[in-house]
Amino acid sequence: MALSRLSSSSASRCVDLLINPLAAAAAAIPRRLISSDTTPITVETSVPFSVHNCDGPSRSVETTPKELVSFFKDMATMRRMEIAADSLYKAKLIRGFCHLYDGQEAVAVGMEAAITKKDCIITAYRDHCTFLGRGGTLLECFSELMGRKAGCSKGKGGSMHFYKKDSGFYGGHGIVGAQIPLGCGLAFAQKYSKDENVTFALYGDGAANQGQLFEALNIACLWDLPAILVCENNHYGMGTAEWRAAKSPAYYKRGDYAPGLKVDGMDALAVKQACKFAKEHALKNGPIILEMDTYRYHGHSMSDPGSTYRTRDEISGVRQERDPIERIRKLVLSLDLATEKELKDMEKEIRKEVDDAIAQAKESPMPDPSELFTNVYAKGFGTEVYGADRKEVRSVLP
Amino acid sequence: MQAIDHIINSAAKSNYMSAGRISVPIVFRGPNGAAAGVGAQHSQCYAGWYASCPGLKVLTPYSSEDARGLLKAAIRDPDPVIFLENELLYGESFPVSAEVLDSSFCLPIGKAKIEREGKDVTITAFSKMVGLALKAAEILAKDGISAEIINLRTIRPLDRATINASVRKTNRLVTVEEGFPQHGVGAEICTSVIEESFGYLDAPVERIAGADVPMPYAANLERSAVPQIEDIVRAAKRACYRAVPMAAAS
Repeated sequence: MALSRLSSSSASRCVDLLINPLAAAAAAIPRRLISSDTTPITVETSVPFSVHNCDGPSRSVETTPKELVSFFKDMATMRRMEIAADSLYKAKLIRGFCHLYDGQEAVAVGMEAAITKKDCIITAYRDHCTFLGRGGTLLECFSELMGRKAGCSKGKGGSMHFYKKDSGFYGGHGIVGAQIPLGCGLAFAQKYSKDENVTFALYGDGAANQGQLFEALNIACLWDLPAILVCENNHYGMGTAEWRAAKSPAYYKRGDYAPGLKVDGMDALAVKQACKFAKEHALKNGPIILEMDTYRYHGHSMSDPGSTYRTRDEISGVRQERDPIERIRKLVLSLDLATEKELKDMEKEIRKEVDDAIAQAKESPMPDPSELFTNVYAKGFGTEVYGADRKEVRSVLP
Repeated sequence: MQAIDHIINSAAKSNYMSAGRISVPIVFRGPNGAAAGVGAQHSQCYAGWYASCPGLKVLTPYSSEDARGLLKAAIRDPDPVIFLENELLYGESFPVSAEVLDSSFCLPIGKAKIEREGKDVTITAFSKMVGLALKAAEILAKDGISAEIINLRTIRPLDRATINASVRKTNRLVTVEEGFPQHGVGAEICTSVIEESFGYLDAPVERIAGADVPMPYAANLERSAVPQIEDIVRAAKRACYRAVPMAAAS
């Protein structure tokens, strides 16, 4: 039944339903069921997986209409959020560092589709969308970026320090590569607790050359930890292209004794398939490296125009050929899971949601001055703590 | 911070461990301390950390003259030098004399500069805080307090002579730094003065430093985590026992 629906065009179907009420009853206006339709669909990934020391998953990915539409919605939300953050930064409502993820949404969304909130994710500073994927809200994001009370870190962390421990998101780290050993530590805890969950430690092509990655990988492999190292290769470490930074930019092979898989990171379905494969592998055989071939449209951060080390043609080329959201849009339309208008309406809704969240975040007050001294310790023993003028501002750490 | 092992164990200690056979004439330079809104992991001040390590020289330029003269001196110096700059100062301009622009202009390492002479209270500062201390001096002058501002320039070796001479003249001391207070630069200066010039002190030493917490991101919290001009003014007044306005004569 699913296949016959897929072949008719929207216009002819509407006419069919008017002329043929029985068909109307039978078809039951199919598109209204999209959001909960879990009829399996199989899609082939357009780019094959490259493998290192393993067999790799099949290119046929199982999905459902519900999942595909949710991919579209989630990625469109992430995209809109990052674009809005760009404007807020230029309006000086966001200060300091702001590293945007637009272009890379498929990695966050595909990964979530393959795992549960009991699995852990840890990433670097380009973390807004990863946080959203783990169940964070737009309000928490924008409030944190603007340094307000309603922020996920109460305004004390900023753009690079989002966390959501209750759904296994461990941040949010500013120092390049530092999150990798931490991620292996999370995997150690999972193995120790025997809870059959895995940790995804994300890093970039720049961090891929960090020594601590190899140290952590070595121990993780010796101890068979359920650690999955994910290189989000957007081909530029700040302004340095991968061919200038790495003797071997085949990051999925750099684990040497650890198996690796290279994935089209602009294809949410390929990402999902790879993460599913990686989770099964890690639980049975220990660490595996995933290299997500992805791209960021913005510069490294808001202080980087992103055009001094790559051409505008390259950026617009990727946007035209490989944009993750457009890819899912085309898939959804070709499978007749929604009309163009419905998707556009969804995007309008999302835009409104984002605008509302920003408005709400702007209303959120700055943290109380007393928050300066909270959470220094988990257990402070009543030690004294001082402000800039120690005789004027002092407090006690509970 | 990832490279600190090499700075301490490979650079600072080599000349000593090899009895002078391996010297390390290297300069490590870069921004130090807090910028604006960069959060906890990007606001660390290393002045106190490096200055506690024998074998290192630690320089903290404030003005363009400092930056030029001290950097050349650092490069010419045969020992490992840590050159702590400040990201926010990169954007500030300072007037310089023709002498400074000369290609061989060099400043001595280990000598502090008296940026502003005064007679009532000594205020020591380095890097960005020198600017704040100078502004504080203007405000104090209006209240009849003449502050002597010392731009430390070198944290290690500390110019104890200049600091002590100044305190022996003014009898009061306020130390200012942006980093964490415990075991910081101000703590060492205070001890030096107590060891060498205790009898000359007419008031306890005042210490202004960064708040004893990781740097918060929110703008209001960040502001209260970093010394402000009013903090320096308040501390100087306390050192001069002028914290409470004097009662009007009846």
